[in-house]
Amino acid sequence: MENSRRSFLKVAGITALGLGTKPVLDVFAASGGHGAEPKPEVSKNEKALTAKRWGMVIDTRKFHSKADLEPMIEACHKIHNVPKLTEPRHEIMWLWEDEYKHVFTHIEHELINDRIKHLPFLVLCNHCEKPSCVRVCPTKATFQRDDGIVLMDFHRCIGCRFCMAACPYGSRSFNFRDPRPFIKEQNKEFPTRMKGVVEKCNFCAERLAVGKMPACVEASNGAMTAGDLEDPGSEVRELLRTNYTIRRKPDLGAGPSVYYIV
Amino acid sequence: MLELALKGDKKYWGLVIALLTLSGVGFAVYLKQLDFGLGITGMSRDVSWGFYIAQFTFLVGVAAGGVMVVLPKYLHDYKAFGRITILGEFLAISAVTMCLLFIIVDLGQPMRILNVLLYPSPGSVLFWDMIVLNVYLLLNIVIGWNVLEAERNNVHYVSWVKPLIIISIIWAPAIHTVTAYLYCGLPGRGFWLTAILAPRFLASAFASGPALLILLCLIIRRFTKFDPGREQIQSLAKIVTYAIIINVFFFLCEVFVVFYSRIPSHMSHLQYLFVGLHGHGALVPWMWTAMAFMVTSIVLLVIPAARKHEGVLAFACAILFIGAWIDKGMGMISGGFVPNPLHHVTEYMPTLPEILITLGVWATGFLILTILFKVAVGVKEEVSGVKDTCESC
Repeated sequence: MENSRRSFLKVAGITALGLGTKPVLDVFAASGGHGAEPKPEVSKNEKALTAKRWGMVIDTRKFHSKADLEPMIEACHKIHNVPKLTEPRHEIMWLWEDEYKHVFTHIEHELINDRIKHLPFLVLCNHCEKPSCVRVCPTKATFQRDDGIVLMDFHRCIGCRFCMAACPYGSRSFNFRDPRPFIKEQNKEFPTRMKGVVEKCNFCAERLAVGKMPACVEASNGAMTAGDLEDPGSEVRELLRTNYTIRRKPDLGAGPSVYYIV
Repeated sequence: MLELALKGDKKYWGLVIALLTLSGVGFAVYLKQLDFGLGITGMSRDVSWGFYIAQFTFLVGVAAGGVMVVLPKYLHDYKAFGRITILGEFLAISAVTMCLLFIIVDLGQPMRILNVLLYPSPGSVLFWDMIVLNVYLLLNIVIGWNVLEAERNNVHYVSWVKPLIIISIIWAPAIHTVTAYLYCGLPGRGFWLTAILAPRFLASAFASGPALLILLCLIIRRFTKFDPGREQIQSLAKIVTYAIIINVFFFLCEVFVVFYSRIPSHMSHLQYLFVGLHGHGALVPWMWTAMAFMVTSIVLLVIPAARKHEGVLAFACAILFIGAWIDKGMGMISGGFVPNPLHHVTEYMPTLPEILITLGVWATGFLILTILFKVAVGVKEEVSGVKDTCESC
């Protein structure tokens, strides 16, 4: 009696252990060379905009005041159902503006010319080449696509906020409460989020997929340009070739993909 | 053996009920947090980790500190600690349990916690932290229980426990090292981006864990028939002394590097904590209190006559524990977030609901500790009826 109960518990325990560790073992197995499972093919929209590595160039010479940036921020937040929370601690921001000394902390200095000193700069996720947020995520809820865009799976995120600590650009926001009551007009074509998950700019992946440029780019009257950083013939490469550009905190080595013409 | 926890005097049950009440209150407030979201805490977009993660970090230290009675016993055959190793192991169990609870209450979507197993990410330090903490918990439960039961039955513990004990000795520094790696590998967070962080964590752990054990030993001696022993307490006191000195030394190393190099992104956090930054300095009095407490404890502990006086020792351990708690439980985490990566200063203070949930988790941990210590002391009392010391273990 005693014996059979003990052996049952043993078998049950080992089975549970096996089931529990399978996903863990799968990861290590996957990193080996053999047995790559065929991935299901999803055919792309024919009109989809594609790139080897997406990047953006922001021509700050075309902006003069906060009012000039409003249309882009408005467009972004509206189509992505970004709530307007009254409590500053709970703020959600995908695209916002800040001063030079806060945006370019590594090169700011007191004697910078007046135009730059008082000019508001647009800030957003840099879609880094080597994103530290992706590195630290314990569930792969935030991940990098082959084309460089860093995305969030709102349904997988456990809300540990490790990515927020890891992002050196402060690009991520957390839903400290249910955001839905704070969305004025819901865009039914893009999901709303629930409380307890992290979110950020997604480079308008959902728009690129149907052949549209990011909403901010579209609303910028040519001041913002998105394109393929690896295509020497692309518009962004042309801008980078013909203008002096800077990036935020390049010394950290994350490889931000957003460039600023100043 | 658990039946030993069911027989106790009024004081014991009073303590159990008080702790149950506190953890009940914490749980009720947690239900509110589950409903509303983490917005009921003082955390923000800029300070995205607060009190919960700080308690977690501090308690990983306390858990690791338990090894300071296990290691001398098993690696150096220091027999005197044989009497109290079980207290170190049971303290570790309760501390790790609190750590895990603090992680859970900090999650935005706690019901998705199994995603960490379903989508394992070996690149994430959090994945490894989950593994080391759970294994450490399991090790201490298995070891503690087996060794105590063997002691009760007056036999030597089964042989397979010994390798587990050796593993647990290596595992203890590992849990705190991995916990430090959560922070010190993040670009753009100058306060944590330092190789001394893990050593500093360990030094503070090996000071605060054993300091708490000394206090617990003194409490046990006072309220039960089991005396953990004067020699044992004094040996622990020496460990605490060296550990807290090393902790403060490591901190001063950090201060030198930061202020001699004068790199603003590293300096600004320490400035915020100790003198305030751009007119914000909510933590300044706390941090100086922490420093004063730790330095005072060093003075008291270094002087042999003071250390040998158990009243003074208790006082020194108490202020050391509070000092280390403020340093790690308040300054270490929010200090890393202020100023934020864009050099804005957003201050953080825990809210009342946040403090109640925190108290609830502490109470749950101390409830587990009370029950486990009751069992351990019960066994010790039983055994001492037969003979004075346990030679077999």
